[in-house]
Amino acid sequence: MTQLPTSTEKKLGLVIDLDTCVGCHACVISCKGWNTTAYGAPLSDMDAYGGDPSGTFLNRVHTFEAKQEGCASQTVHFPKSCLHCEDAPCVPVCPTGASYKREEDGIVLVNEDKCMGCGLCSWACPYGARELDQMAGVMKKCTLCVDRIYNENLPEEDRVPSCVRTCPAGARHFGDFADPDSNVSKLVAERGGMDLMPEQGTKPVNKYLPPRPKADVNGTKAPALEAQSEEITGFLGWLDRTLEKI
Amino acid sequence: MHPAPSVIVFSTISGLGFGLMLFMGLGLPNVSGWVAASFATVALGLAVIGLLASTFHLANPKNAIYAFSQWKTSWLSREGILAVLTLFVFFIYAVLWAFMDNRIPALGYLASAMAMGTVFTTSMIYTQIKAVPRWNTAVTPLLFLLYASAGGALLSNQMQVALVLLGLIIAFQALAWVQGDTALARSGSSIESATGLGKFGKVRLLEKPHSGENYLLHEMVYVVGRKHAAKLRVLALLLAAVLPAVLILLTEVNHVIVVVILLSHLIGIFAQRWLFFAQAEHVVGLYYDAR
Repeated sequence: MTQLPTSTEKKLGLVIDLDTCVGCHACVISCKGWNTTAYGAPLSDMDAYGGDPSGTFLNRVHTFEAKQEGCASQTVHFPKSCLHCEDAPCVPVCPTGASYKREEDGIVLVNEDKCMGCGLCSWACPYGARELDQMAGVMKKCTLCVDRIYNENLPEEDRVPSCVRTCPAGARHFGDFADPDSNVSKLVAERGGMDLMPEQGTKPVNKYLPPRPKADVNGTKAPALEAQSEEITGFLGWLDRTLEKI
Repeated sequence: MHPAPSVIVFSTISGLGFGLMLFMGLGLPNVSGWVAASFATVALGLAVIGLLASTFHLANPKNAIYAFSQWKTSWLSREGILAVLTLFVFFIYAVLWAFMDNRIPALGYLASAMAMGTVFTTSMIYTQIKAVPRWNTAVTPLLFLLYASAGGALLSNQMQVALVLLGLIIAFQALAWVQGDTALARSGSSIESATGLGKFGKVRLLEKPHSGENYLLHEMVYVVGRKHAAKLRVLALLLAAVLPAVLILLTEVNHVIVVVILLSHLIGIFAQRWLFFAQAEHVVGLYYDAR
C-alpha cells in the first residue's frame, strides 16, 4: 500500500556540503554508472550521439550564484537527488502501489514490476527527483544505492551510496538521521543543515550544509602587496646597475 | 506542465459523458425506448472513449491493472475504480430504462452522484499537487464539475439549466485565472527557498546541470506557446460559454443550432484544458530559473 509509514526505524539519507562541493559532476557519473548496471531497468540515453541528446539521471548538479547588493557574488554548486522525504508526496499519489517508503530505513523506492509509467509521482515531487525512463517506461529515482549499503559481497568501505564513495571533495555524507550521534546528525547540528523548500511540507531527510561565509563577500579587496625594496643586491643588483650604466 | 493531448482529450470527452450521465440519472431528457438508448449510448461512448484515451499517456500500460489497487491514498486509483463502477451502474440503469420501460429513480440518483464523483476524483488528481500552486485550490474541482455538468445539460437539451451553469463557468473560470496568475508567487516557493541560499542574496541559475533537455523540463517546465495565452483565454471563454449562452438566449434552438452550440462548447473546453496544463507552473522550474 502507498500509505506512508508513521515513523521509520532508521532515517537513512545524505548530507550535502554546499561549501565543499566543487561541481565536478563525478557523483552524477558514478550514480549513472552504478545504477545502469544494478537496481532495475538501466538509465537510458536517447539520441546520445545526435543533435538532441537527453537521458535519465538520478542526480544532477546545478550551479547557482547568490549576490547581495554591493558585494561580490558567491558561486554554489548544487547536487540534487531524491531527499527521501519523511512526508514524501510522491508515494501516496501512486495508483499502482509501485512507490513506497520502507519502514525499516525510510528509503523511498519504486517497484518497477508494478509501475505503469503514468508519471504522477514525478508531478507530485517538488524537487524533480523522479524521472520517467524514456526507454523502459518506468519511473526511476535515487535508491540510496540500496543494493550497495547492505551488500556484504562488497568491501566495507564500499557499502555507501555510489555518489558518496566517489566524491573527491568529501562533500557528500551518508548516515542515519534518526541517530543523534551519527556523523550526519552531528554535521547538521554543527553546520546548520537545512531543508530545501520547507514550505512544501515534505520534511526532507537529506540536508544541505550552507556555504561558509567567504572572506571577501563584504566587498573589501585583498590588501595590496607591500612595495618591493628599491635596493636590489647580489647578481641581479650588479646586473641592474651595470645595465643602467650602458 | 506538458499539455499531453491524450490527457486533454480524456478529461474533456469523459467529462461530457459523465455530465450527460448526471442529467440522465435525474430522468432528463424525458424520453423512452430507443431515444433513451441513443442518449445512454452517447453518454457511455464519450466516457469510454475518454477513459481509453487516458491510457495512451501511460509509458508502461501492461501494469495498468494495478491502478485499481491504491484507493486508500491515490486519487488516480480512486478515479479508475469509480469510473468503472459508474459505467456499470449507469449501464444497468439505462438498460432498464430503455428496454424494460422501467426507469428506477433511486438507481438513477446513484448513477448521477457517482458520475459527479468520478469527475471530482479526476479534478483531485490535479488539485492535490502542492508543487503546482495554480492547481492547488478549491476552484479546480469546482470548475471541473461545472464544465462537466454544463456539457451534460447541453447534451441532454436542458437549456435553461445550461444557461445558469455557463454563467457560473464564466465567473469561476475568470476567478481561477486571476487567482492562478499569482499562485506561484503566493505559495512561498522561490529560487531562494528551493536552494536555501536566500540569506546570501539574490539567487540565479549560473549553469544548468546539462546543456540539453531532460524529462523534467519537458514534462514540468512546459513554456512553449504561452505567448498566445491571453488570446486563447478569451477564445476559450467565448467558445465554451459566451457563444452557447447567446445562442440559447437569442435563437429558437433547433437541431442545427444545438450542433453549433455543442461544437463551440467542445472546442472551448479543449482550449481551456490546454491552458490548464500549459500555464501551470511546477516549482521544480525554480531549479532551472524557469517557470
